[in-house]
Amino acid sequence: MDLHFGDSKPTDEEKAAVDALLGPPESSWEGAARDEMRAADLRWARGGREARERRDLLLPGLHAINDRIGWISEGALDYLCRRLTVPPAEAYGVATFYAMFSVKPRPATVLHVCTDLACAAAGASDLCAGIESRLGLGSGVGVQRSPCLGLCERAPAALAIKAGDPVRTAVAAPATVEAAVLAASAPDSAEEEPAAAMAVPQAGDPSLTLLSRVGVVDPSSLDDYRAHGGYTALRRAFQLGPAGVIREVTDSGLVGRGGAAFPTGRKWQATAAQPDHPHYLVCNADESEPGTFKDRVLMEGDPFSLVEAMTIAGYATGAHRGYLYLRGEYPRALARLENALAQCRARGLLGDDVLGQGYAFDIEIRRGAGAYICGEETALFNSIEGYRGEPRSKPPFPVEKGLFGKPTVENNVETLVNVLPILTMGAPAYAAIGTARSTGPKLFCVSGSVDRPGIYELPFGATLGDLLTLAGVRDRLRAVLLGGAAGGFVRPDELDIPLTFEGTREAGTTLGSGVVMAFDDTVPLPRLLLRIAEFFRDESCGQCVPCRVGTVRQEEALHRIAERTGAAAAGDIALLREVGRAMRDASICGLGQTAWNAVESAIDRLGAYE
Amino acid sequence: MTVIPLGVPRRLLEFTLDGEPVRAPEGSTILDACRAAGKDVPTLCEGDTLTPKNACRVCVVEVEGARTLVPACSRKAEPGMEVRTDTERARHSRKVVLELLASSVDLSTTPKVAEWIKEYEAKPDRFGPDAARLNEEPRVDNELYVRDYDKCILCYKCVDACGEQWQNTFAISVAGRGFDARIAVEHDAPLTDSACVYCGNCIEVCPTGALSFKSEFDMRAAGTWDEASQTETTTVCAYCGVGCNLTLHVQDNEIVKVTSPHDNPVTHGNLCIKGRFGYQHVQNRD
Repeated sequence: MDLHFGDSKPTDEEKAAVDALLGPPESSWEGAARDEMRAADLRWARGGREARERRDLLLPGLHAINDRIGWISEGALDYLCRRLTVPPAEAYGVATFYAMFSVKPRPATVLHVCTDLACAAAGASDLCAGIESRLGLGSGVGVQRSPCLGLCERAPAALAIKAGDPVRTAVAAPATVEAAVLAASAPDSAEEEPAAAMAVPQAGDPSLTLLSRVGVVDPSSLDDYRAHGGYTALRRAFQLGPAGVIREVTDSGLVGRGGAAFPTGRKWQATAAQPDHPHYLVCNADESEPGTFKDRVLMEGDPFSLVEAMTIAGYATGAHRGYLYLRGEYPRALARLENALAQCRARGLLGDDVLGQGYAFDIEIRRGAGAYICGEETALFNSIEGYRGEPRSKPPFPVEKGLFGKPTVENNVETLVNVLPILTMGAPAYAAIGTARSTGPKLFCVSGSVDRPGIYELPFGATLGDLLTLAGVRDRLRAVLLGGAAGGFVRPDELDIPLTFEGTREAGTTLGSGVVMAFDDTVPLPRLLLRIAEFFRDESCGQCVPCRVGTVRQEEALHRIAERTGAAAAGDIALLREVGRAMRDASICGLGQTAWNAVESAIDRLGAYE
Repeated sequence: MTVIPLGVPRRLLEFTLDGEPVRAPEGSTILDACRAAGKDVPTLCEGDTLTPKNACRVCVVEVEGARTLVPACSRKAEPGMEVRTDTERARHSRKVVLELLASSVDLSTTPKVAEWIKEYEAKPDRFGPDAARLNEEPRVDNELYVRDYDKCILCYKCVDACGEQWQNTFAISVAGRGFDARIAVEHDAPLTDSACVYCGNCIEVCPTGALSFKSEFDMRAAGTWDEASQTETTTVCAYCGVGCNLTLHVQDNEIVKVTSPHDNPVTHGNLCIKGRFGYQHVQNRD
């Protein structure tokens, strides 16, 4: 490649941030000055292919610079490119892909204020205006309106990130103008976030399976985890052997909880059977669907269970390396998981010889940087590999060619955590929970117009009404959004819909990732639809035409009819239908294919604009 | 003499195309089979010398059993597949894709698109006068070629040609996201500050005229560009011993641009800066 670097040089601080991740440069090829090279022979040039093989460190490198400085300068980007032998044009394309990075100077502190659905319903626009008037130019804080931060049970929410060494973060939720300003200006002295268990109204209930340890165990202690049944499932897995584990998972009827509902056992079997090696395991913890926060609560409240579940999945599918792709906006989950990995490594539960069984497995955390699309499995692979997070076309499917082009099994956090009870209670007992076609317990993220928002665990088959009653739904319910922005609205007279994959499908809607967002009649529906359309326009990767331009045209049409009804809106609704149909039929990935779902359901089921 | 590599014989597989049984060599795409059967499927981002990116979605067809439409340019034909190229569903998506593109991008120099807009009865102005457009100004920062991103449909062909598929220069990439995504060099700098080596292979593959010779750009601006009066002469580049074929496009006895035949086994349509742009000495008459 024609590597070309401009004249911009990194500052010492920027260089230190990159070197802290990659180690000091060893040759002038990598940008070391003469006096920095400890090698006596200056003709030696390390780098080249060796460096190119570390392309996947591009995203961690961008994080390192952004965390230290707050933005990514030309000099810093060029230095990172030199270290990794990445063409600067490509790295620029990657850096500009993610919402959390900036290639223009900005204040060291960025306050992300959520303006998404649950927060909008809780008054985010007033909050945002209040914060912006307090933190204007010269305040040293940049205010950025953000898509869902996954703190819906405490809406409205704000997340402050202050660059430095180390980077500091603070969450204000539910946020007032004062709390958000304090979090941004002094993240260290901001009030500590409530425990993860506060998001689980059922915490401590003995009937819980997936959430049984949240609020009960100390999330930072491996011993406590083991005292509460931790690592019995992995022992059972070693007794069963890989094929036995896959058989149990298949017999349990477990299907993916991320939204697509693909049978997990079949996915594992297909990956395990691939002759190509190595196999990889990827845990999709890039939870970005508006209204979803269950994976965050699991990772914050019971992080060791995810580590154990990933180890089992790796063992069953023949992977020796697992990647945990964590949403960039989840700093507390990151800290808890890093601590969990360190403890597991120290105690031989990860590493060359897991539990003395001769099986080698380790997990690496990779942080996302603000891109909903990276929750799409193939976009996530590209993101880890250091490319723009654009979905790949399928086939080939990940089980055959996934991460680094190798057979890969990718599962959502909740899906993986379900493997623990499957192994401890056995497939038949697990399959007896729920309905015949949707087995097991399911987590639901309830937010909006309810008295007790949070994560609820119910066996599949409970009705929407049961769930909303449990959460204390308020009067004057106008609509319920199932499945998040990519899901659909249902009416208040449809609360008997059973919350199962087949039940929601029969009712012409979707369970998606388990979002249940209730809206009363104080929230104007056209505003919500406009926010959903804005979300998809912002989050479209731009690769294919139907989604890149279609999401813009959808938003424009919804703007036009925001104040209109009946015949005055009919023309634009017809236009929306035509564009929506093409997005659904012709987009490359699920983002474009579902970008019109919620709007369509609001028009057809709720009679918006009538 | 052109050497045509025969390759390993490939098995034929059978499938159904618009109700008719067809046979195609293993590994061919639905688009290959359509073209072999004489069916016209529109394409924009597909290029004969590049791996399909299937980004434009104008070639979508319906495959029995598939939940969504599939891009004909990249989906491999499979035995027993039932493909329909001209259903209402496929035509609808093509129509909307053409409308979305034509309403946001300047397609005035994109070959064939006007015919397709007519054929599919696309109405790009139905999105109203306020529909967002790219609104990019042409970037004229060097003497050799112009980047007019108002005409860019983001097909990725220039990125692929500049990168791993041909040139290995990696001077350009897609930057930004969604509707704001644009083709850019590092730091969105002028071309002269980038890794560009001016091979012009990106111009060769650009389907819309967003990338063009400065000579063509200037003549179009002056209203003197007249493709009908141009002649094309294919010759061998005299600069080095590789033997690349050059096609000289001549108007009024002046070379106005240089391309290379895509089926040429030496170049596959690619040239270097000398072959592509170093023709001035030919017409230096002093």
